[in-house]
Amino acid sequence: MAAVSNPVPRSLGRVLGLVAFGVLVLALRPPPAAGQTTQLDRGREVYDRWCASCHGFEGDGLGPAAAWMLPRPRDFTRGLYQIRTTAGGAIPTDDDIMRVINEGMPGTTMPGWEGQLGRGDREAVLAYLKSFYPPFETLAAPEPLDFGRTPRASPERIEEGREFYQSIECWQCHGDEGRGDGPSAPELEDDWGYPIRALDLTENWRFNGGETVEDIYRRLRTGLDGTPMPAFQDLVDAGFMTDDQLWNLAHFVRSLAPEQRPRVREVIRADRREPGELPASVDAEDWSEVEAFWFPLVGQIIVPPRWFEPAVHGVWVQALHDGQEIAFRISWSDRSQSPDPRWMEWQERFLEVMEPREAGEVEPEARPDQFVLQFPPTIPEGMDRPYFLMGRGGDPVYQWRWRSDQDGAEPANAHGIDDIRPLDGRIEADARWEEGRWRLLLRRSLEPTGTGDRLHFETGVSIPIAFFAWDGDHGEDGARGAISSWYYVHLLEEPPPSVYVSPLVAFVLTGGLGLFVISRAQRRERRPSEAGEGHELAGSADTDDRPRTTDGTDASMGPEADLGRP
Amino acid sequence: MRTRHRTAKAATGLAALLVLAGGVVGCGDDDDAPAQAAQAEMPFDVATAGHVQGMVMFEGTPPPPVSLDMSSEPECDDHWNGQTQREEVAVQDGHLANVFVYVKEGLEDLTFPTPQQAVVIDQVGCAYTPHVSGVMPGQTLTLRNSDPVMHNVNASPQVNRPFNFSQPAQNMETNRTFTSPEVMIPLRCDVHGWMQAYVGVVAHPYHAATAQAGTFDLSELPPGDYVIEAWHPRLGTQEEQVTVETGQTAEVSFTFTEAMLATAVVPLGDPIDPHDHHSHVHHVAPTGRTR
Repeated sequence: MAAVSNPVPRSLGRVLGLVAFGVLVLALRPPPAAGQTTQLDRGREVYDRWCASCHGFEGDGLGPAAAWMLPRPRDFTRGLYQIRTTAGGAIPTDDDIMRVINEGMPGTTMPGWEGQLGRGDREAVLAYLKSFYPPFETLAAPEPLDFGRTPRASPERIEEGREFYQSIECWQCHGDEGRGDGPSAPELEDDWGYPIRALDLTENWRFNGGETVEDIYRRLRTGLDGTPMPAFQDLVDAGFMTDDQLWNLAHFVRSLAPEQRPRVREVIRADRREPGELPASVDAEDWSEVEAFWFPLVGQIIVPPRWFEPAVHGVWVQALHDGQEIAFRISWSDRSQSPDPRWMEWQERFLEVMEPREAGEVEPEARPDQFVLQFPPTIPEGMDRPYFLMGRGGDPVYQWRWRSDQDGAEPANAHGIDDIRPLDGRIEADARWEEGRWRLLLRRSLEPTGTGDRLHFETGVSIPIAFFAWDGDHGEDGARGAISSWYYVHLLEEPPPSVYVSPLVAFVLTGGLGLFVISRAQRRERRPSEAGEGHELAGSADTDDRPRTTDGTDASMGPEADLGRP
Repeated sequence: MRTRHRTAKAATGLAALLVLAGGVVGCGDDDDAPAQAAQAEMPFDVATAGHVQGMVMFEGTPPPPVSLDMSSEPECDDHWNGQTQREEVAVQDGHLANVFVYVKEGLEDLTFPTPQQAVVIDQVGCAYTPHVSGVMPGQTLTLRNSDPVMHNVNASPQVNRPFNFSQPAQNMETNRTFTSPEVMIPLRCDVHGWMQAYVGVVAHPYHAATAQAGTFDLSELPPGDYVIEAWHPRLGTQEEQVTVETGQTAEVSFTFTEAMLATAVVPLGDPIDPHDHHSHVHHVAPTGRTR
């Protein structure tokens, strides 16, 4: 053992020797001024390679890819940084900048570089970024604010936070329920004149400065420089609100988003209801008891005209069936019920600044919101599925297409994103837009309803499903929209009561078996001569009961296991 | 520090001037700024001072005023009795208001004391009053909210550091200072997109915004030769040279014309032209953004 491990320390020694030599060489290098230049050179090299295509070779935020993005990449020449621990309008600390380099900015195109670039490279880039704004050298060193301790969230705190949300009029931009749909939202622009969205506070995983209540509190204190979001430090300084109350506001904002960041699960579980007991409307109370599954949507960037900044970033999907019909309820944030004249200005400004324009200029128009639920035309054997992006010629997909300007939804076969062939048949739809959110109920019989409509929703198998969403006031239509990949919906076979009954049956049977075994053993003790027979009997009782118990467990647990839920 | 420019077109969305029927907008506290400054130690013998007076004219037809929809803020709507009009170019009898006039060159060698008195910009009826004003570096700029509605004040300078704060309650006041000369710094309210104001920061007290009669007054200047600049948010800039002699009042006039609406370049912390995606490797002055 010792002999085997001997070479390791020896080579380690060699490495250490090299490191020591390296340190010596570094120590003997030219004086610090030249070292600074060297770091800037290294920073420039890394920056030009990894950062400039978005942020521009001169740091002005105008790299070749910038026009495909909104929010635009930051212009470093003005020394404005959103995510800071320093006061509103102040320059950031090095740690502030490094945090963004390391972690990126959720909800934007800025990725985190911690795992991609070595520490030295990142530090060099940081120094180089600062060089785009010379006052970094002359301004007083930035002082991080003292943010104190986080008070524990409580219903009272959240409620008081809600009152401040009202009284300091956060809703003017962020909307009454925080989905970024306030009356001023369509007009917002950043310091560079680009349209900017009021944040949807229900999707905290897209907060560019982080999702925690501490992150939110800091953004409230310091503001987001270069954007319409003000700093509220002044309100605390002026005695308008206390620091504690600002924390309450942060807790309230945090409470608008789910407690846990939604996990993507592959399979929607469609519970089975008694026949005729599917919720009839989109806002039926029953839906509140149905588990919602979240699916991310991304811009369609596969076929021209590609769309890099979609309005919809995810959908919540619930599903139920009753053995005769299947119903889906889909919810997603959408700042307007398109077409909304108040958002026309937004659409004009947005379309004006966005690339690419592969199908020519996109004209601002009064367009509806749209949603598509997509399935294969029939349940596929094995893992074969049609092309997720609306099928191909000869290998179509089956879709339920809904538009906000029409009643109901239309079934269609799609042979490609621009080859939609309507079918007859009936899809019921019930839609409601409220407070920056669409909720849409789509419902069809499990049996196909028209000619050409062949999808029979079977229970007990996983059926592929995909989602598409368009926000008309965001200029979306056709290929310009948000898409998902394939997921599954699984219609449960057993009506829900079995879920609760089966464990009870299993409990009774197991208990009964136990009592039986004990009483047999006691009888055997009393009659030792019949021991052999007793073993046999106990064994047969075991085999009689066990399959039934297992059956019961399978009925309740099997489908769940099939769902692949983590 | 590079300077960006905007064209006259680009300023369209920003040049919000509310003209109340019969109301007065424009002239700020700046006119008596030299007098305030004179209270402190001036860097020249005031007995030798001369004066500059002048007028800014407009030739042609100004763009028609735009009616603002303030229905989202009934208090503001009521303030104007529903008569909410935005004049990008405020002209009365050929006289142009809201022009920032200041000594651009000729005072470089002198250091002037910072006035103790604050310059106040009020928010009344969802409009900034005055629309154009000036301060010295270090001089207090007070933003007051006289409205019973929430405003934020978002300053986006190029040279100075920015600020953006909220004033959710009536009669709130917030003070800020700028550190460096900069003509001009735009202020905006993001909640009410029509609200815009401009602040010039100059290193001496010789600056003024023209009143509705188009007049301005730069008094008690040291004798010497000066370049005076007139800046308008929509019409751009003009320069005139003037010689000030002890005890005399030199007259200077500027004339902006209708034609400048289409061509003027307005120095300002301007949004980058969103159309000009690819040509920014060199800092070319953008061609402006149309709205």
